[in-house]
Amino acid sequence: MPQPDLPHRPLRRLRERAIEFLLLLAALSSVAITVGIVAVLVYDSWTFFRHISLIEFLTDRLWTPLFSDAHYGILPLVAGTLVTTAVALLLALPVGTMTAIYLSEYAPHRVRETIKPLLELLTAVPTVVFGYFALLMVTPLLQRIWTDLPGFNMLSAGLVIGVMIIPYISSVSEDAMRAVPLHLREGSYAMGATRLQTALRVVMPSALSGIAAAYVLGVSRAIGETMVVAIAAGMQPTLTLNPLEPAETITAYIVQVSLGDLPHGSIGFQTIFAAGLTLFLMTLVFNIAGHLLRKQFRQPYS
Amino acid sequence: MLTGSLALTALIVSLALNGGPRLSWQFLTSYPSRFPEQAGILTAWVGTTLVMFVTALSAVPLGVGAAVYLEEYAPKNWITDLIEINIANLAGVPSIVYGLMALGVFVYQFHLGHSILTAGLTLALLILPMVIISTREAIRSVPDSIREAAYALGATKWQMVKDHVVPYSTGGILTGLIIALSRAIGESAPLITIGALSFIAFLPHPPWQSQFPYVSFQWLMDPFTVMPIQMFNWISRPQEDFHLNAAAAGLVLMGMTLAMNGLAIYIRFRFRKRIRW
Repeated sequence: MPQPDLPHRPLRRLRERAIEFLLLLAALSSVAITVGIVAVLVYDSWTFFRHISLIEFLTDRLWTPLFSDAHYGILPLVAGTLVTTAVALLLALPVGTMTAIYLSEYAPHRVRETIKPLLELLTAVPTVVFGYFALLMVTPLLQRIWTDLPGFNMLSAGLVIGVMIIPYISSVSEDAMRAVPLHLREGSYAMGATRLQTALRVVMPSALSGIAAAYVLGVSRAIGETMVVAIAAGMQPTLTLNPLEPAETITAYIVQVSLGDLPHGSIGFQTIFAAGLTLFLMTLVFNIAGHLLRKQFRQPYS
Repeated sequence: MLTGSLALTALIVSLALNGGPRLSWQFLTSYPSRFPEQAGILTAWVGTTLVMFVTALSAVPLGVGAAVYLEEYAPKNWITDLIEINIANLAGVPSIVYGLMALGVFVYQFHLGHSILTAGLTLALLILPMVIISTREAIRSVPDSIREAAYALGATKWQMVKDHVVPYSTGGILTGLIIALSRAIGESAPLITIGALSFIAFLPHPPWQSQFPYVSFQWLMDPFTVMPIQMFNWISRPQEDFHLNAAAAGLVLMGMTLAMNGLAIYIRFRFRKRIRW
């Protein structure tokens, strides 16, 4: 909206300028947060990487910074993170996508208006409550199937994270599907296609970049999830890809060290910043990919 | 298709079954204890309330200010683009990374300690993107005819924003803020990294005092615990009895978040009804 010319009153103009400047500062505070995050992570990791080479960090297969025989290989933590994320996605992608298809293509108006807020409520549940759920409800249930399943395992943590990210995936994909113009659907019906054929072969391909964005954002959520894995997946860094075993993720490791009493500045403590930097970079890649994909689906049919 | 709702129901039922019997007046008014039957959540909910107070007070001016700037003032240039991309990106940064940042900046640079102030500021930064995004949506829904009318009467831009745009979008802003706060109330990971204690057997200084100037800000610098951390502490103990306490604390916590979400829905409904363009 263009601003009309102000009458010539210097004081008033000065005040307007000052306010605009203050508001700009508020907007820039978000940039300051990013700068703060990067600065802290890089600065504090620097002291860590002065002592441990990047090559050892990336290739050593042991992560035992708190033992006397210290090894600093991030691989076990990355493996733990990837396995729990994979389990979560195996549950959340199909269920989230089906929910989105149902809500956007099938559900009558009233059903949609009831289910959507319910799903959004699911994102408001504190993660520590989900952790309780994973450790004391899901794990005992799973132990009935696999009797030798340990009390801490990545499977139950991953499944619960999956439930947690379903709402993120379904709501972003549903938005994308609903943005597909009606005439595409009508065209498909006119060719004699059924509802399901229309949903799978016309609507989904047209909304593909939006759905992909939803998936990518879901991945980034699952990677960054902390409390569920800290509670239910155990706190031993083991290099394994078997979800039935206990393992530690990057996030859980940061929690473990923060709860301990290592002094700031010791190598053991600085490891959490190196781990945090790894985590930040992993999610950053997914976030940027998600942002670009989302931008793409906003302007296809104009 | 109904997995989501099913999971939510199962969650609440299981919490209620396990935690329900532990809920009592005594549970709400007791300090934590080594004995599960005597332990309570007094320090936890007082801590949560104080931290949320600081969070709301710092997130509102920053978030609303940023949103007003981006919607009403921002020119189309690279700085605006940078801010927009940055906000979208921040919304996806894991909460524990905010914790590490707060540890480096607030605790070690500014020496604010492991205090309520640090915790409140950390959570404020965490919910800032959410507040900005929802406020922008609220502001965007104010029709341009209102802005034109204000200009036509000789209002300056700031008068237009302060007397018209912001008041008309209060409902949306409040809704977004409450939902963001309901997320913050359940956050524990960033508070653990800044060194929140899980066993606090005393209350922070009261915010008022009998002598002049009657209000005291000493509580800002006190150590604290919050509901989710108390619950985490109880879950990670091996004794079964503490798990019951955890369930009861979880029940209270769920009650708080659901109540806040309910309030948000109510406010949205009320304001939608009241305003007709």
